[in-house]
Parts: sequence; C-alpha cells; structure tokens
Amino acid sequence: MGNLRSVERAVAHLGFTAVVQDHLGGATRLIIPGVGAFGAAMAQLEPRVSEIRAFARDGHPLLGICLGQQLLFGASDEGARETPGLGLLAGRVRYFPADLGVKVPHVGWNSLQFRADSRFGAGFPQGGQVYFVHSLYTECEDQADVAATCEHGIEFAAAVERGNVWGAQFHPEKSGDLGLALLRNFLEFNP
Amino acid sequence: MRSIRVIPCLDIRDGRVVKGVNFVGLRDAGDPVQLASFYGREGADELVFLDITASHEGRAPVIALAERVAEQVFIPFTVGGGIRTVDAIRDALLAGADKVSLNTAAIQHPELISEAAEKFGSQCVVVAIDAKMTCEGWHVFTHGGRRDTMMDAVEWAAEAVRLGAGEILLTSMDADGTRDGYNLLLTRAVADAVPVPVIASGGAGKASHLVDAVVEGHADAVLLAGILHDGVTTIRSLKDAMAASGVPVR
Repeated sequence: MGNLRSVERAVAHLGFTAVVQDHLGGATRLIIPGVGAFGAAMAQLEPRVSEIRAFARDGHPLLGICLGQQLLFGASDEGARETPGLGLLAGRVRYFPADLGVKVPHVGWNSLQFRADSRFGAGFPQGGQVYFVHSLYTECEDQADVAATCEHGIEFAAAVERGNVWGAQFHPEKSGDLGLALLRNFLEFNP
Repeated sequence: MRSIRVIPCLDIRDGRVVKGVNFVGLRDAGDPVQLASFYGREGADELVFLDITASHEGRAPVIALAERVAEQVFIPFTVGGGIRTVDAIRDALLAGADKVSLNTAAIQHPELISEAAEKFGSQCVVVAIDAKMTCEGWHVFTHGGRRDTMMDAVEWAAEAVRLGAGEILLTSMDADGTRDGYNLLLTRAVADAVPVPVIASGGAGKASHLVDAVVEGHADAVLLAGILHDGVTTIRSLKDAMAASGVPVR
C-alpha cells in the first residue's frame, strides 16, 4: 500500500530518481513493488505485461519487491482463480505450510544467506537481517535462480536473481542501512 | 529464528517528542524525525509514534509527521493517536507508515479493526491497549489513563485479534514511567491469550527488564521511551545484554 512511496523515497535517499508511472516510457530500470494479492496485482499489470516482458528480455535491470518478486513467477497458489504471473522466472508461489509451527504471515526481521556470487547481495554480511511481511513464498524450479535464502519453518528464496531479473521477498526499503545497500546494488547494477 | 524487536516509542505532542511519567508532567525530549533517524541508525527494529494528546483534543492524526519520518527513516514504523476512520488509516499508510495503532477508536468502533484488516491486511493493524489494575482485574483505560472502560484487558485483546488486529501494543499504566520493569503478569496473560505478537510497554528501566518481558512475559517485542530519550542507555547496549541472556536480537 504505502510500499510504492516508501520505495520511491528510499531510491531518492540514495541519490537516484524514481518515477511512479503506469507505463515503462523512458525507464532504464524497473522496480515492481507491491503489497496485496497476486491476482489483483496481475490484473492491474495486465495491459503492460508484454511491455514488461520485452523490457526484461532486452536486458534492462528489473527488481520485484515482496509481491513484486512473486509476480516474476509463472503462477501462484493465492486466490481462488489461477492467474498467470509475468513468467520471467520458472516456479510457483506457495503458502507456507500450516504445520510448520511458525507464525504466518512471516512478519519481522530475519537473517539472509546470500549466494557468494550474487550481484544483488554484493557486500552483504552473511546472516544480516532484513524486514519481511508475507504469507507466501516463491518456489524456484531452477535453484540457480535463488540468490538468498531465509529460514521460517522452511528454507525459502528470500531473494532471486537471474541475469538482469532480481527479486526481494523482503523489503529493502524498510530494512535500514543493509536494505538500502541492497537497493543501491540494484540501482548501480549494469548487466 | 525471528528476532525479538526493540522498539523506541516517541510520544508526540505539538510535533515534539515527550515522555510522560505516569502521563503527567510531560517533558520535551527532542525532534521526532531526528530522534527517529538516530534510533534507526542505532539498531531500533521498528519505531512507534503516538500522538498522546490527539485522543482528547480531537486533533487530526500524525499524518504530516509520518510523511517527514518516511523521508528519513528506512525501518518500519507505526503511527497512532487520533486515527479514527478507515480513510485516516489509508492516509497514514500512504504517508509511509507501515502500521497504524488504534486505541480509543477501536474501543468505540470495533468494526474499524475488521474493516482496516480487510482493506489493508492485519499486518498493518495494531491495537493499543492501556491497561490498569482495578479491584476487578486489569481494565482497559482511555484518554491517557483517565477513563475506565470497564472492559477486561485480556478479553479485549482476544476480541481485537478475532476482529483482525495483527499485533497488540500493551501498556501497563501502573508500570509506565516507573522504570521498575514491565508488568510481567499482565503481559503474559495477554500474550498467552492471543496468537499474534504482543509488544510489552511501560516500565522499562534496564536490560534485564526487557529480557524478563520476553522470557517471563512472553512478549514478542519491547517498547521503550524514557530510558532511551534520556540517554540512560542505548539500544545497542540493551541488545547486547539481551543477546547475552539468550534472547535473539538483530
């Protein structure tokens, strides 16, 4: 909800300019934030789906945050009706299983383990903590797409990265200095 | 493992931070944005801004402050005080707040909790309860502790969660400002009665109090104000002490 503005402000704080618009005109890199439901978000994105796919295919940096990471995938368990996602990464969005003995939604600070060669996680201290608010997680078909893992009852993909397509299940814009550093990695990333 | 959150609370009056001792004798303790930014750098896990005068002076909520805070502070924060409608909640969230804290308005209009939870999600709906011991047990008080609602605090907490509250901010009016420690019995009674996180508030004086609130009170987070604003201690040293006692912190 306020996530869009928070991301905008965090980007501005880092000395970059973020423009909130409903099309990709003039964009050199794209952040898809999002708090809400998969189906509703895809319905909103619907007129831009092919544009976003082409943007990613052309190698422009793209970062999905929270629901935005989930939208990068093909499909989600959320909602009664099956809605296709952007399909930029292979896999499915799933609910945390009910029998894990952990609280869902997963809200709060938790630690990340980034893959050593992750460009998204460059400079991130192993085990550093970031802020999460989510009930679903993304199950990657290709484990090579998992940039960082986090544990909440199960180990899940806290960040994904495939070439120029990145995702953060957590909120870098609300994760203090460590989060801002990750956001900076994206803003300074040149594929 | 999720960390126990340490949350500075900034009581706001006329745009400035104050901390009341038992809610009387208010004292100026700084600019909210500067202080918030300082606490963010120091390791605060979240921040809470409460406009403590809003409820009985009928003023607009702290939306403008949320805007200013959101430009400088990049950790989650909650605003409360005088937020009475779904529209006001939306405004606060759009201004950059991550959660809103409902107190009097939730008591007067419990449906506000469910409407907000439905529209924006339970994760952004905090119900704040000011509890005070009476002859009939812990009652919920409003208006800065001056009005007894005659509602049982534990029952109200359970009801608020049933309606959709994602978190309970529980203040012991008896312990508040004493620095003698949180009210562990009250905290535990509420924490054990609800499935959502409980933030213990009121009475923090030293690190061992925070540990007690978690270990004995079953709190998921601890709120503090006076001892931080006065510079008696720092978030970092409190967290170091908590970690040494086996409490997971960031």
